[in-house]
Amino acid sequence: MKVEQVSVFLENKQGSLEEVMRILKEANVNIRTLSLADTTDFGILRLIVNDVDTTSRVLRDNGFRVSRTTVVAVEVPDKPGGLHSILAVLARENITAEYLYAFVEKSGENAVIIFRFDDSAAALEVLRNNSFSVLSGDKLVGGQAVWFLEWGRAR
Amino acid sequence: MDIMALNIYGLSEIMGPGVAMECTEGREGMHVFEDHFLVETINPDTGEVLPPGAMGELVFTTLTKEAFPLIRYRTRDISHIITAPCRCGRTHQRMDRVTGRSDDMLIIRGVNVFPSQIEAVLVGIQGLEPHYQLIVDRVGTLDTLEVQVEVSDAFFSNADEVRVLQKIKKRINKDLKDFLGITAKIKLVEPKSLQRFEGKASRVIDKR
Repeated sequence: MKVEQVSVFLENKQGSLEEVMRILKEANVNIRTLSLADTTDFGILRLIVNDVDTTSRVLRDNGFRVSRTTVVAVEVPDKPGGLHSILAVLARENITAEYLYAFVEKSGENAVIIFRFDDSAAALEVLRNNSFSVLSGDKLVGGQAVWFLEWGRAR
Repeated sequence: MDIMALNIYGLSEIMGPGVAMECTEGREGMHVFEDHFLVETINPDTGEVLPPGAMGELVFTTLTKEAFPLIRYRTRDISHIITAPCRCGRTHQRMDRVTGRSDDMLIIRGVNVFPSQIEAVLVGIQGLEPHYQLIVDRVGTLDTLEVQVEVSDAFFSNADEVRVLQKIKKRINKDLKDFLGITAKIKLVEPKSLQRFEGKASRVIDKR
């Protein structure tokens, strides 16, 4: 299952992240997780939110460059080697990730890794064939109570 | 080292350096070689000839050039003429240092460049918006140029990756170097950071 991520171009200057957060607060958008890639003069803020349409609309309206990209959310156990178990399979299958970031719902339970792949379809197939739990967008942005695991099925 | 540095003025349309030069005795303004060049200052907007001492655009007429004479050639350089006698004893009028331009030409480390030329380079790169701002400054003794430009919505929509944005920055740098011979710092900015102009755009901030 693929998840939609919203990316925002930010200048590396004081207050730019605050402005985005204020706009999202006023639009009543909840952020599930985020990552910030930065260089000396610009950054890219990547967000997993509960409302992709509203997020991209309000940020565009406020003069931001916004991009919607498809990412893959995979669940791993929150223990040593959790991330490695996925990467080992991806490396073996020659799947390359552009970037990734992660969050933990509750320490000791599962962690969710957000991947951006060059070829999402190929990556998904490899993950499913190796029985990794790939999360859907709905499940990712809902409350913890309604999370469920979409266990991979071999095709 | 016992070296004395002297200012010298010239323009390639006439002969390059050597149209006017400081003397070692006075070093207050550059003597124009009036036996070869007639110098005037004009109001750059009206063309009116200004009295000596008034700040205006320098205009030269060559008196001895035969192959490529120039008559009342507008330099676009802003300065003024000093007629007071010089302590060196020479009677040639002097011109003060050039303080600016009457057009929007920028001189970046000795390279002449017009904003329109930079714009032409930016327009030639897919993924950029035609909105830009040029910031010229001087750090120590070196001129610096910063080009602030936006990436287009369509470009960012297809590329939310740092390396793609850095690639377009490199491309801008390379094209400015290849086509104009200038080195600039490229800064990608948010769309709202650049003013939108109506009519004649003032795209240059010169802090020098």
